[in-house]
Amino acid sequence: MNAPAYNFAYLDEQTKRMIRRAILKAIAIPGYQVPFASREMPMPYGWGTGGVQVTASILGPDDVLKVIDQGSDDTTNAVSIRKFFAKTAGVQTTTRTAEATIIQTRHRIPETPLTEDQVLVFQVPIPEPLRFLEPRETETRRMHALADYGLMHVKLYEDIARHGHIATTYAYPVKVDGRYVMDPSPTPKFDNPKMDDCAALQLFGAGREKRIYAIPPHTRVVSLDFEDHPFERGRTPKTCELCGANDTYLDEVVTDDMGGRLFVCSDSDYCEKRRGAEQAK
Amino acid sequence: MTESDAPLLLAEGLTKYYGRQLGCRDVSFALYEGEVLAVVGESGSGKTTLLQLLSTQLTPSAGHVRYRLRDGVTRDLAELSEAERRFLFRTDWGYVHQDAALGLRMNVSAGANVGERLMAVGWRHYGRIRGAAATWLDRVEIEADRIDDPPLTYSGGMRQRLQIARNLVTQPRLVFMDEPTGGLDVSVQARLLDLLRGLVTELGLAAVIVTHDLAVARLLSHRIMVMKGGEVIEEGLTDQVLDDPREPYTQLLVSSILPA
Amino acid sequence: MNPLQLTGVAKSFTMHLQGGVRLPVVADVEFAVGAGECVALAGPSGTGKSSVLKMIFGNYRCDAGQILVRHEGEPIDVARADARAILKLRRTTIGYVSQFLRAVPRVAAIDVVAEPLVAAGVPRETARGRAGDLLARLNVPERLWGLPPATFSGGEQQRVNIARGFLPELPILLLDEPTASLDADNRAIVMDLITEKKKCGTAIASIVHDDDVRARTADRVIDITRFAVR
Repeated sequence: MNAPAYNFAYLDEQTKRMIRRAILKAIAIPGYQVPFASREMPMPYGWGTGGVQVTASILGPDDVLKVIDQGSDDTTNAVSIRKFFAKTAGVQTTTRTAEATIIQTRHRIPETPLTEDQVLVFQVPIPEPLRFLEPRETETRRMHALADYGLMHVKLYEDIARHGHIATTYAYPVKVDGRYVMDPSPTPKFDNPKMDDCAALQLFGAGREKRIYAIPPHTRVVSLDFEDHPFERGRTPKTCELCGANDTYLDEVVTDDMGGRLFVCSDSDYCEKRRGAEQAK
Repeated sequence: MTESDAPLLLAEGLTKYYGRQLGCRDVSFALYEGEVLAVVGESGSGKTTLLQLLSTQLTPSAGHVRYRLRDGVTRDLAELSEAERRFLFRTDWGYVHQDAALGLRMNVSAGANVGERLMAVGWRHYGRIRGAAATWLDRVEIEADRIDDPPLTYSGGMRQRLQIARNLVTQPRLVFMDEPTGGLDVSVQARLLDLLRGLVTELGLAAVIVTHDLAVARLLSHRIMVMKGGEVIEEGLTDQVLDDPREPYTQLLVSSILPA
Repeated sequence: MNPLQLTGVAKSFTMHLQGGVRLPVVADVEFAVGAGECVALAGPSGTGKSSVLKMIFGNYRCDAGQILVRHEGEPIDVARADARAILKLRRTTIGYVSQFLRAVPRVAAIDVVAEPLVAAGVPRETARGRAGDLLARLNVPERLWGLPPATFSGGEQQRVNIARGFLPELPILLLDEPTASLDADNRAIVMDLITEKKKCGTAIASIVHDDDVRARTADRVIDITRFAVR
């Protein structure tokens, strides 16, 4: 039996157009969740279908694609998605951030600063930052429309009342361009400052929830906080075992069953680059 | 506490039909700053419909509601945008539900419940927000150490008092109350009524209170409006209407109270 | 003009619950009270004395006639005034000491007395201070001031009621049996209070059953039975 022939990047052209329209609208209204007709993809919901649809819609034959999952290029998901695009689009892929034109990511922003020639595509599970506080979609839409975000601060207040500090460590809500409150996807709050005034275009796709949103380049992105409890990046005060970096986001690796652990850079490409530079010296 | 000469809230010919079912018909009155109006009647009288019309939760089939905003301009509430109406609700108005759970976030701490409105209007200092919440909890006689407990853990009377605090924290000028003591034990009612009475006087609040309980009306209100079957039967000074009722229905209502 | 003037005042009750039977009470009531004067309304029970006082206060409706009250130099007809106007009159012009204290649960006696002053804008502590002085004068012991009057004896409640009514300085004062449940000593104190009010120019209309008290406080006596409708 012959293998079926795919359209470039799997999606048909009309679908890509529809998604691009949504993306344009999202860019025009930074941080606003644009509904889109999310398609059935050959992977289940919860495995990055939103990110894949966004990537598929903006991918061109000359693009160089990098896919990371929790900072790593070689987890099952990252490998599968990279292979998916290699097969359906035939584009060049890379693990090096600096060489990529499109970077699809699950839950991390690369340590390497991005440029204006790059697009960062986030995989988003729950796009609505208020969802866990207000389950009704009708209400959250209205809150966004009226910029009625008191509830968000209620949540932060509760954290401080209960824990003495804001307890959110990932998916930390931000205010985009002074207007919409946005969920940056489950990236660690450590990564939040990277979204602010970023040279690259940041796109967010939620396949199951059918929403796309965007942060245009060089947009103001501010993490929510209180005057007397300002936003803290938070970082494990350790250095990477492999490359010695003390300013990156670290993964904790359990090495044995006696409590042994070490910390390494979450961004595998960045760590490798640093090690390469070290060796070159 | 100065009284302005222009009314704060003006109802003109308010009418509401639910299909062919009459909610209320042709209700008109003027409410001034610092005045409390009780709307009394039995079930089906239309009093709750009226309250919802006044607070823009329902649109009238006919008639108008006008309100004098803080800038002194009187606006027809039907002409306000959704954003303006919400803002009004959050800053200038209060709405106390009969069931406190409807007016509270049950899973969020009392302090957050009271502080929410402040945060919604831009307060960004945790310490000050908490301080304001603590002050208000004290004012409604909730122990200070309950500030971090959610109202799920509160008794009915405490929940109601918390709801009041939540509504009054932004110092509204007009408060709507729907059977504020409904469903509470008698001793709890007494405490709540006394609290309301004190706060209304102290803050110079205007209020529209819907109740079936004439004793509540007598205690809290200056003026009273008796409703039956969607119509206003009698209205006037509370003590006058209750002590010298003119209409047959009012006389019936007044005579039906069991003496203590 | 007189602080208080009644002309052609009539009152009847229609009891709808008793088949609409009409009970006329008074008709063509006519009298005036001058400043610094105490006018006593006299007559047997049921002849409408309380009703007349209540009509002046706006607590009862008035079927006919005029009840003119001097308010900030102008005459206001209570019989025709709207709710808001009457509320204003009660704050600034007409005081009323009812026969029985309507005890509000939980409010301390001293606050019950101070309340009208506080409502008129006097700082709470000042009002309480004056309330305490008057309560002391009426022999209400200080240990009771912080308690709600609901549990007081009839006489004590009435003295709280009197203090509440006499504390503000209003140009017109209506007294309905102010000494009814009081012993001789306290009656004397109340009579002194009435005399002091008269000296201040207050116009007083009172209902007093005790002949002695009436003789000593009233400048004129009006027999209400003249206006009774039978």
